[in-house]
Amino acid sequence: MTSSAAGGTAPALTFRAASFGYGGRPAIQGVDGAVMRGEVLALVGPNGAGKSTLLKGIVGEAARLSGDVDLHGLRVRDLAYLPQQPEIDRSFPITAIEFAATGLWRRLGAFGRYRPEHRAEVADALARVGLAALEGSLIGALSGGQMQRLLFARTLLQDAPLILLDEPFTGIDAATEADLLGIVGLWREQGRTVVAALHDLAQVRAAFPRALLVAGRVIAWGDTAAVLTAGNLARANGRELAPPADPAADAALAALGAT
Amino acid sequence: MTEFLLGPFIEFAFMRRALMGCLALSLSAPPIGVFLTLRRMSLMSDAMSHAILPGAAIGFLVSGLSLPAMTIGGLAAGLAVALLSGVVTRATLLKEDASLAAFYLVSIALGVLLVSLRGSSIDLLHILFGTVLALDDAALVLIGAISATTLVWLALAYRPLVIECVDPLFLRLSGRASTVTHLSFLAVVVLNLVGGFQALGTLLAVGIMLLPAVIARFWAATLSGLLPVAVGAAALSSYAGLLLAYHRDLPPGPAIVLTAGVIYAVSILFGRQGGLAWRIRRA
Ligand SMILES: Nc1ncnc2c1ncn2[C@@H]1O[C@H](COP(=O)(O)OP(=O)(O)O)[C@@H](O)[C@H]1O
Ligand SMILES: [Mg+2]
Repeated sequence: MTSSAAGGTAPALTFRAASFGYGGRPAIQGVDGAVMRGEVLALVGPNGAGKSTLLKGIVGEAARLSGDVDLHGLRVRDLAYLPQQPEIDRSFPITAIEFAATGLWRRLGAFGRYRPEHRAEVADALARVGLAALEGSLIGALSGGQMQRLLFARTLLQDAPLILLDEPFTGIDAATEADLLGIVGLWREQGRTVVAALHDLAQVRAAFPRALLVAGRVIAWGDTAAVLTAGNLARANGRELAPPADPAADAALAALGAT
Repeated sequence: MTEFLLGPFIEFAFMRRALMGCLALSLSAPPIGVFLTLRRMSLMSDAMSHAILPGAAIGFLVSGLSLPAMTIGGLAAGLAVALLSGVVTRATLLKEDASLAAFYLVSIALGVLLVSLRGSSIDLLHILFGTVLALDDAALVLIGAISATTLVWLALAYRPLVIECVDPLFLRLSGRASTVTHLSFLAVVVLNLVGGFQALGTLLAVGIMLLPAVIARFWAATLSGLLPVAVGAAALSSYAGLLLAYHRDLPPGPAIVLTAGVIYAVSILFGRQGGLAWRIRRA
């Protein structure tokens, strides 16, 4: 195992030579290793490195082209996954508290009664993310940061052992970021496994003990200090993600008949 | 006044039956319409209602103005179009609404043609605009059953349906409920259109589904408010439309839908949510 945390814990998520991509073309390949239970792992890498694809691959939203993902008995429905761009219809007329309560869906199903203790649990989740005062607001009336808080409240209610977050702090204000980072800390104390795609390296160094650096493949995986070295980062960034398009050079080559 | 408002229903059984049928429809079709408009699928219900026409027409060709034959024909055609549109959308990347618009005119033309092959223009009017004043026991039972089925379905599917509307990915990842919810929703739309077709005809069945839903948008801000307002608007339109038809000797189907249209116009002007009068007062 290339990336086991403190000895003796069981893996929550294992990749075996796994590749994921779109239309048969891999966006990230050869991922090998395990995330241990209770580990809080930062997934870092330049734009287009395949961070989102890796997370989507875990839940089956990006195609697995080869290899294997092992959830160790969990099913996709047991996970919580917060995509980078959620397909949420913000114009749908439900309130923040109703939206948060959908996090109970797996537990309540279509028939389970919504009891007062559920109501209290939802209210508590909203309070934790600082939205108690806005529970009656329509979701369309929330700001971007408030919507992200609401999504964290729903994730809290999902009560999932394995939580996948894709750039959860992008495009939100500093206060919201600090509060939501606190929620990640709470999950860590509760022993949940968290994998979060992030781009703020200072934040990763400060708050995430483990890191996985990718650039179309795994560059480094382990304790954050050992992963985010200047050498590894240069390797990750040096990889050409797409050949730079240079129309002038192309035209010059074409003129020379050297296509 | 009481005589004017209640007389026709006390005096004539056919008026009571018409009212019962329309009220049953008013309970089930408008909530479905609310979800259709929120999911921006109103055009799809319209297209489906037109698809029911050739189906019912084939039933008519086979056995005349017979309720079971025309119902089965309509159901089959409606479901076929619902499924076909799903396939076409997935295969061609057209938006669901756009792919459905294509079925729309072809269906009417085909339906009218089929009925004309055998029936008179009176038959055609019946099929296009319904026979709400001539609902027999079988038709009433059918409408009642459709209404009851829809309400039970709504109770069962409410949570997944709401989640599917707001965050489809979230529902998809939490199990198989997503596909079941979507397909059963389409089936319930078809059921209600077929129920509405008995009373209001193929062309207007969609009216009692969608007009109350758009009316409700002017009076309620949340889903839990929209549903009762839509039901209320449909029930009011049914009652007032039937009354109008009786006193003024108008065709009842169009009278009901026009009444809903008037309520819609009033809502645009005076509705609490974005009505013009409120906006002007605030400005
Ligand atoms: N839906 C998609 N279809 C095809 N290619 C995609 C899709 N999503 C992402 N890609 C490509 O896959 C690669 C990795 O993307 P992504 O996983 O989003 O990177 P990251 O999240 O690290 O920025 C990029 O080259 C991107 O263009
Ligand atoms: Mg990404």
